[in-house]
Amino acid sequence: MISLNVNGKDHSVDVDPATPLLWVIHDDLGLSGTKFGCGMALCGACTVHLDGKPVRSCSTPASAAAGKKITTIEAVSATPLGQKVQAAWTSLDVPQCGYCQSGQIMSAIALLTEKPSPTDADIDGAMAGNICRCGTYPRIRAAIHQAAGK
Amino acid sequence: MQPVSTPSRREFLKASATLGGGLVLGVVLPDGLLTPAAAEPTTSMPNAWVKIGADNRITILSARSEMGQGVYTAMPTLVAEELEVDLAKIKVEIAPAAPPYINAMLGGQITGGSTSVAEGYDKLRLAGAQARTMLVSAAAQKWGVDASACRARDGVVMGPAGQKATYGEVAEAASKLPVPTDVKLKAHKDSRYVGKPVNRLDTPSKVNGTAEFGLDVKLPGMLYASLAQCPVIGGKPVSFDATKAKAMPGVKHVVQITDGVAVVADSWWRAKTARDVLAITWDEGPGKALNSAGISAALRAAASKPGAEFKKQGDVNAGLGGAAKKVEAEYELPFLAHAAMEPINFTADVRKDSCLVYGPTQFQQMAAGVAAQASGLKPEQVTVHTTFLGGGFGRRIDVDFVGQAVEISKAVGAPVKLLWTREDDMTHDFYRPTSFHQLSGGLDAQGRPVAIKFHLTSPSVTSRLFPAVVTKGIDPFMTEAAALPYDIPHQLAEVVIHDTGLRVGYWRSVSHALNAFAYESFMDELAAAAGKDPYAFRLALLDKQPRLKRVLQMAAEKSGWGTPPPAGRFRGIGLMEGYGTSMAQVAEVSVRGKAVRVHRVVVAADLGKMVNPNIVRQQLESSIIFGLGAVLHGEITLKDGRVQQSNFHDYEVVRMPESPIIEMHLVDSDEKPSGIGEPGTALVGPAVANAVFAATGQRLRKLPLRLA
Repeated sequence: MISLNVNGKDHSVDVDPATPLLWVIHDDLGLSGTKFGCGMALCGACTVHLDGKPVRSCSTPASAAAGKKITTIEAVSATPLGQKVQAAWTSLDVPQCGYCQSGQIMSAIALLTEKPSPTDADIDGAMAGNICRCGTYPRIRAAIHQAAGK
Repeated sequence: MQPVSTPSRREFLKASATLGGGLVLGVVLPDGLLTPAAAEPTTSMPNAWVKIGADNRITILSARSEMGQGVYTAMPTLVAEELEVDLAKIKVEIAPAAPPYINAMLGGQITGGSTSVAEGYDKLRLAGAQARTMLVSAAAQKWGVDASACRARDGVVMGPAGQKATYGEVAEAASKLPVPTDVKLKAHKDSRYVGKPVNRLDTPSKVNGTAEFGLDVKLPGMLYASLAQCPVIGGKPVSFDATKAKAMPGVKHVVQITDGVAVVADSWWRAKTARDVLAITWDEGPGKALNSAGISAALRAAASKPGAEFKKQGDVNAGLGGAAKKVEAEYELPFLAHAAMEPINFTADVRKDSCLVYGPTQFQQMAAGVAAQASGLKPEQVTVHTTFLGGGFGRRIDVDFVGQAVEISKAVGAPVKLLWTREDDMTHDFYRPTSFHQLSGGLDAQGRPVAIKFHLTSPSVTSRLFPAVVTKGIDPFMTEAAALPYDIPHQLAEVVIHDTGLRVGYWRSVSHALNAFAYESFMDELAAAAGKDPYAFRLALLDKQPRLKRVLQMAAEKSGWGTPPPAGRFRGIGLMEGYGTSMAQVAEVSVRGKAVRVHRVVVAADLGKMVNPNIVRQQLESSIIFGLGAVLHGEITLKDGRVQQSNFHDYEVVRMPESPIIEMHLVDSDEKPSGIGEPGTALVGPAVANAVFAATGQRLRKLPLRLA
C-alpha cells in the first residue's frame, strides 16, 4: 500500500512501489488527463507536479511521490495561474490532436511559477522536454507569453 | 474494402451520401451505432449528419477522425452553417462505420489525404440545408402555412404569424419527410461561420484533460494487454515459455495470437512488466536479412529498370541531347516513422454475437472489416467507436492493432485494452517509404531549362493497401509533386515500384515529401548551373500558371527575397502543388559548424475557400514543423531486420527550441477548398535544403540534412 496525495485528496493504492506514478494516476485513480508517450522521460506527455515541481510521471516510481503533493491537469484550474494558462491555451487555440497538451500545460505552469515573465530563451529551456508532434510550439510560446501578461 | 453494417433494422434513417456519387437515400443505419448513450432522450435524424433530441440537443456527426487537423470543428461547421444552429451549442460525435460516411475522394471511410473539408464542402452544407428545409417544412405543416413563409435561426423555426417551434419539437415529423433535392446553399456573404476563424470545439476538453483518447478507454471488466511482437517485422512466434510471466502479480492470461504473444493483466503496467520476462522463440522470417546498406544498394539497382511513364511532354532525350548545358543529380530519402504522440492502442470487446472496437483509427471501415475477420463475426455485428486520435499522420490508416486487440479479447473472453510501448510503436510501424530519384536537366544557351527527366524508384504503399488502384506500374500516391507544371518544353517522369522488404505506409504528405524534395532541390541546381537567382529562374517558367506564380511572388515578397537577410542567415525557396493547393515557402537558415538552424519560414498558399482560417493556420504551422523533423533528424535504419531506432532519444523530432517563426500569407479566395494539412510538410524540405546550399555551397541530396 502506498499513500498518495493527488490534487489535494489522499489515496491508498495497492501497487508495487516501483510502478511508475503515471500508471497509478491514469489507470488506478482514473485521472486520465495525464498521458503516456515514451516511458523514458523523453517526451513530457506525462508531466505532473510533485510539490509544485514538474516531473515525468512515467519514470517516477509511485513510492517516490509518497508524502508529496501531486498535482495533475485535472486540478490546474484550482489556481489563478492555472486558470490563466488554460485561458491562454483556449483563446489561442493551442491544441491540435491535444494528446501532449496536459504535459505542456503542466510544464508551462511550472515555468511561470518560477519565472512569471519568461523570455523566449526561458521558454525554450523549460519546454524543450515536451514534444508535440502536431507542432503547436508557436502557439504554446505565444500562450505562455499571454498568460504571463505580455 | 468491404461494406459495413446492415444490421438489425430498428430504425430506418434517410442518409445522404456523396454529392458527387449521387444521393444515396434510405440507407439503413443500425440504431445501436448511432445512439451509444442509452440515456439519451428521443432523438431524430433527418439525415446521417444531424441528430436532434426532443430536448433540443443538437448533435452533428463528423465522418472524419479528429487527429489534430480540426475536422471535429470544420465538418460540423459546414453542416451548422446551413442547418441554422449555434455552433457553440452543438455536440459533436465521430460517426460510426457506415456507408453514408464514406469519403468519396478516397473510396472508403478514411481520414487522410487532406481531403476532409474538400470532400465535405458541398456534401455537408447540402446535408445541413436539407435538414433545415425538412424542419421548416414540418413546422409549416404543423401550422398549416406555406414553408416559404417560415425561416429558421439558432435551432428555431419561425412562422409568418410569430409562431415558433424548436427543432426538437418538429424533428420527429421532419425526419419522416422526403429529402428535398432542390435546396439552395447560402452565398458566401451570408455566411455566419464558414470563412470565419472560429475557435475549435475540442479545445476546452484538450486543455483540462477530459478529451478521451484510445489510452483513456475504460470498459467494465476490462483487462490490459501488452503484446510481444517479433523484433523482425513479419516474424511469428514458434514457441514460448510463460512460466515466469504467469507467476507475476496481476497476470491473468498469456495468449499467442497471429502477431505475437500477449500478456493480459489487471493493469497495463503489470502486463508490460510480465511481458518483459516472456521467453519467446521466433521464426524471424525473410525480414531478418534486411540491412540499410543492402536496401539502399537494391533500391539503386532497381532504378536501372525502365520506369512507367506518368508524365510525358515533348521529347526529353532530344531536349537533353540538344542542351547547351546538362545537369544530373541523384537524391535519396530514408524510411521514416510516424511517431505520433499517442502510442498505438485499441480496445476490443468480443462477445458471442458482437464485437465492439473502441479507439483511435483513421479508417473505420477497415477497422470493422479486420475486427470481423479476427473475431469470426459478421461485419454487421461489429461496432466501431472512434476516440480522439493522439496524432495519426497516416499510421492509423493501418489497423493491424485492431485485429490484435480483437484476437486477444476473443482468446481471453473479456474486454481488453491493447497498448503498445513507444518502442513497439517505433519498431513496428508501417514506415514512410525510402526513395531514390535520378534527375537530368538541360539548359539552353541563355540558361533557360529546356528538358527535365525525373526517374523515381521507391516502394508502393498502395500496392499493399489498395492494389486495385495501382495500374500499369503506376501508383498514383507515388507520383505526387514529381512534375510541377513549369513551362519546360521537354519533360518525362517515370516510376519504378520496388519492394524493399520492409513494410511501408502512408505518412503525412505521402510521396509529395519525397518528390518535392528531389524536384525542387534540382530546380535550384538548374538555377545555380544557369547562374540565375532561384526565384527569378522559377518565376520565368510560370506564365501559364497564375496560382503558382502568385504564391511564389507572395512568398518572395513577404520574405524579403532579394534584400539582404540578417547577418549569418541565408534563404532558400521552394514551390509545390499538392492536394489542390498551390504553395511556396522561403526558409531562412543559419549554419554553425555542422548544425543547421531554421529561424524563419515564410509560406504563401492558395487553398481556395478557407472554411476556418484559424485551423488553416494551425495546419500550416503543424505541417511545416512536422516536415522539419524529417529534414533535420528523421531516419529509420535496419540491422539484421531490426529497426534500430526505438524512442525519442534515437529518433529525434523537432522540439520547442528548434521551432522556427512561421509567417503565413494566404490568398483570399472563394474557389472550392483544397487540402492544407500536408503540403507544408513536403515543401519545407527543399526550401531548407536550398537555403543550406545558399549558406554553404553544399548541395545536400539526402535527408536528413547532414553537412560534410
